[in-house]
Amino acid sequence: MRYGAGVGDGCLRPLLSSREVVRCAPSAPPLVIPSQGAPAGADDAGIGSAWLDAPCPVVVLDAAGGVVDANRAAHPLLSLVAETGLPPWLAHAHTGRAPGTPAGPRAAPSGWIGDRYYEAHATPTAGAHVVWWLLDGTDHRLTRTALRTAEDRASVLAEVSSMLLSSLNVPRCSEVAARMAAEHLADAAVLVAPPQGHRHLLTQAVRGAEVTRGLRQIDPHEVPGLAEALQGFPPVPARWIDPADLPPWVLPPGFPGEVGSVIVTPLPGHGVPAGALILLRSTPHQGFSVGEEVFARLFAARAGAALSAARLYTEQSAVTATLMRDLLPPRLSHVHGVDYAGAYRPAKDHELVGGDFYDVHPGADADAETFVVLGDVAGKGLEAAVLTGKIRNTLQALQPLADDHSRVLTLLNGALLSAHQTRFATLVLASVRRHGDRVRLRLTSAGHLPPLVVRADGTVETADTHGMLVGALPDVHARTTETELAPGETCLLYTDGITEARGGPLGDEMFGEERLVEALTECGGLPGEAIVERVQMLAAQWLADGGHDDMAAVAISAPRTFRRDSGDRGAESPRQPRSGTTG
Amino acid sequence: MNHPRTTAESPHDRPRPGHPAEPPRHDAAGGPRPSAAELRDRLWKAVTEDGEYAAVDLVTEALDTGWDEENLLLDVVAAVQAEVGVAWAAGRITVAQEHAATAINDRVVAALVHARAARRRDGATPRGRVTVACADGEWHAFPARLVAEVLRLRGWHVDYLGAQTPTPHLVAHLHATAPDAVLLSCSLPTRLPAAHAAVTACQAVGVPVLAGGRAFGTDGRLAHALGADGWAPDARGAAALLAAGVPRPVPAAIRHTVEDLPHLADQEYTAVLRSRADLVRRTLADLEARFPAMTGYSAAQRERTAEDVAHIVEFLTTALYVNDAGVFSSFLTWTADLLTARSVAADSLLTALDSLGGQLRDFPRALGLLHAGADAVRGHLDPDAVTGGTAGADGGREPDRAGA
Repeated sequence: MRYGAGVGDGCLRPLLSSREVVRCAPSAPPLVIPSQGAPAGADDAGIGSAWLDAPCPVVVLDAAGGVVDANRAAHPLLSLVAETGLPPWLAHAHTGRAPGTPAGPRAAPSGWIGDRYYEAHATPTAGAHVVWWLLDGTDHRLTRTALRTAEDRASVLAEVSSMLLSSLNVPRCSEVAARMAAEHLADAAVLVAPPQGHRHLLTQAVRGAEVTRGLRQIDPHEVPGLAEALQGFPPVPARWIDPADLPPWVLPPGFPGEVGSVIVTPLPGHGVPAGALILLRSTPHQGFSVGEEVFARLFAARAGAALSAARLYTEQSAVTATLMRDLLPPRLSHVHGVDYAGAYRPAKDHELVGGDFYDVHPGADADAETFVVLGDVAGKGLEAAVLTGKIRNTLQALQPLADDHSRVLTLLNGALLSAHQTRFATLVLASVRRHGDRVRLRLTSAGHLPPLVVRADGTVETADTHGMLVGALPDVHARTTETELAPGETCLLYTDGITEARGGPLGDEMFGEERLVEALTECGGLPGEAIVERVQMLAAQWLADGGHDDMAAVAISAPRTFRRDSGDRGAESPRQPRSGTTG
Repeated sequence: MNHPRTTAESPHDRPRPGHPAEPPRHDAAGGPRPSAAELRDRLWKAVTEDGEYAAVDLVTEALDTGWDEENLLLDVVAAVQAEVGVAWAAGRITVAQEHAATAINDRVVAALVHARAARRRDGATPRGRVTVACADGEWHAFPARLVAEVLRLRGWHVDYLGAQTPTPHLVAHLHATAPDAVLLSCSLPTRLPAAHAAVTACQAVGVPVLAGGRAFGTDGRLAHALGADGWAPDARGAAALLAAGVPRPVPAAIRHTVEDLPHLADQEYTAVLRSRADLVRRTLADLEARFPAMTGYSAAQRERTAEDVAHIVEFLTTALYVNDAGVFSSFLTWTADLLTARSVAADSLLTALDSLGGQLRDFPRALGLLHAGADAVRGHLDPDAVTGGTAGADGGREPDRAGA
């Protein structure tokens, strides 16, 4: 390769354009072949003639940028250059080239000449002329642009999807969808949700600003195409409308300037309407390009899918919560001078209900017995829980007859047998009444583990009651026992999920009644909730991470100290779902 | 049981300042304002001896003398609860008494909340909505409850999910409510893997997680290791973090455990976790072989020993998960003290570690933890092997339970 000659040999050299100077890098190679010849023509510069037949356009420019020569392939370009002059990008590249410096690794200059896109490669000559080889990169360039756009859109869509799909919360999803639409599709976006009664949730986003939302009473027919878009199916195509037709509620607060163009597009979801999107641009826009329109449609499809998934999930959760409300264990506390505490853990940790149940039905007044039940339906999960609901309702209705536990069990047995279900249940009934500072109990077990009584000194007694389970045989018999609790004493009702918990340090032992009794001997005088918590905790620790059956426990305690004025908290609206919300 | 009744009315209808913004007044009936130390002493006596009503009366009277609720909750109730944990760890109270004290403290908090509800009309728009929950399997609800109440006092809409929240319930709750943040409480180091599951699950639905509780370390290093969006040493710190604003995590960045914890790629955690029961059984056999006295143990003593070994393996597993020798060593030195207090030679602890080392020969990370643990035990025992130190000094490396 030859280096072109410069004028002078200092580091600072006047260039072709006298306006610019370039400091020579210290590492630049010295000029090796200073040329003496005065350049006159291309041939004189010694570049041969092969270029004349080169398949690409080649032009030779003099120091001032004038065309000195051109090959055949360049002829079509010459007329263009003659009309409009050298294209600025080429002129700039030409004047920026310091003769004598190597081409270097920087990217070749490129730009449009007419409707073609060229990459220009320079070959310096001995003189001040430069030979420019113009390689046609039009297709390459178009492909690259298309690829970059496609990549951008794919990454935006991926972002949109992961942002939208991460939440099943409708307001949050709407917020994300509106914000991303304002960011990627328009200057502002308004997401109109399907109606709730006469009102619609409006989520409005302006690019770069906070998203606002609110439930508003609007008439979708005020916006052309909106009512159709809200119907969801069949999806109508996106529709450009006249900004003059917009009612004022559409305009998001903080929208910059006038609305230039508006488009209304439906959000088709999983076969259900998920709402519609109104996109607003501040400049008059001729409309989306084909690519943009496809992109907008993909965006709408994803937003619609995410929103309808969130809506379906929310609706289903609400239904489940409503149906489940009566199956959840009640929250227990203090009734008619007696303390109650309960603990419940379903067999499957992701469920809220199971086959164990308990209830405390307060007596009509402090002199009436409070009716307590705890039981276990064969099986677990939702199916067992549904039966617990029936049993709980039946027992509540039978409370007036609870002065005779056997009669209650016989009636319940009859009800279960005639219900054509094959499950049976075991349970414990307790009738509780306070006498002075003591608590009197009548206890009846129907095929269930007998209750344990924890005395103040830590002695643990097993209640002497046993009987047959209900729902299996035509007759049931059970023996009721009576006992009394002194202040600080507790009667514990529990299900076999606790004693049959499998685990322990060696991983495969049952927790067992013996360990339960031993643990309770340390609990003399404790408040009921502390006992229940202790039992539940020991069972959980015993299990470690192993599977287990439903577990339930209820403590009936005579308070250590009695406060006459303490309000009864026993019936404080029980059966709240664990999360406290139903969406 | 005596419980002092100082006034005739019920605690719920005593005169109160009418408006939340109004500065608490000095109630003539309430007398001079007692100091925090004085209240702590009295509450300590109430929760350990006098019972619920004395404790509730004490705090409601303190409110009347001008104590502000947040300070009462944190500087008195929380401090006493922490002391309960320390006292249990030091063997000054039984585990049952500890449960009882916690139950009473819980009722004290409930009474304070009840008093506030009676005093306030909550018309103000909440600052935002947050969820407070304990990691799955975490029983210590008290610290989380305090955080929930302090945040409510500071104007947040708080959903308090309580102890041992299964992660699926937590996530379902997040979908239903879309809160600004989750505050996740974890006190037991062994629940850290469960806490990590909760952190990643919350972030996957775009909700940031602030971690708190002793399990994350006094410097919060384990909270950061598990990828939490923030950590606070106490309720006030958590409130300050929230007030400053916690950015939502980008859900696209759904992480894999090995991204937070690259050491898990060696599979040692999984392998040790899976063979936990075998490790316990073989270690027990080794102990019996080396300590012939053990053959004369009662069934109960045997079970205690098995539980101790199971705890060692559990903490070793946890330390493998978070790759933190401190988690294992501090548990071991605490156990050494406990054994000394029980008059069991703490040497048996070193023997157990040695046995485990023999069984885990192929697991370099586990071996490193076992060696570091044995060094820590030797260093801990040697200086005061004669007197046998108590664990009260640092209060709370116990595996079982403790307070705030």
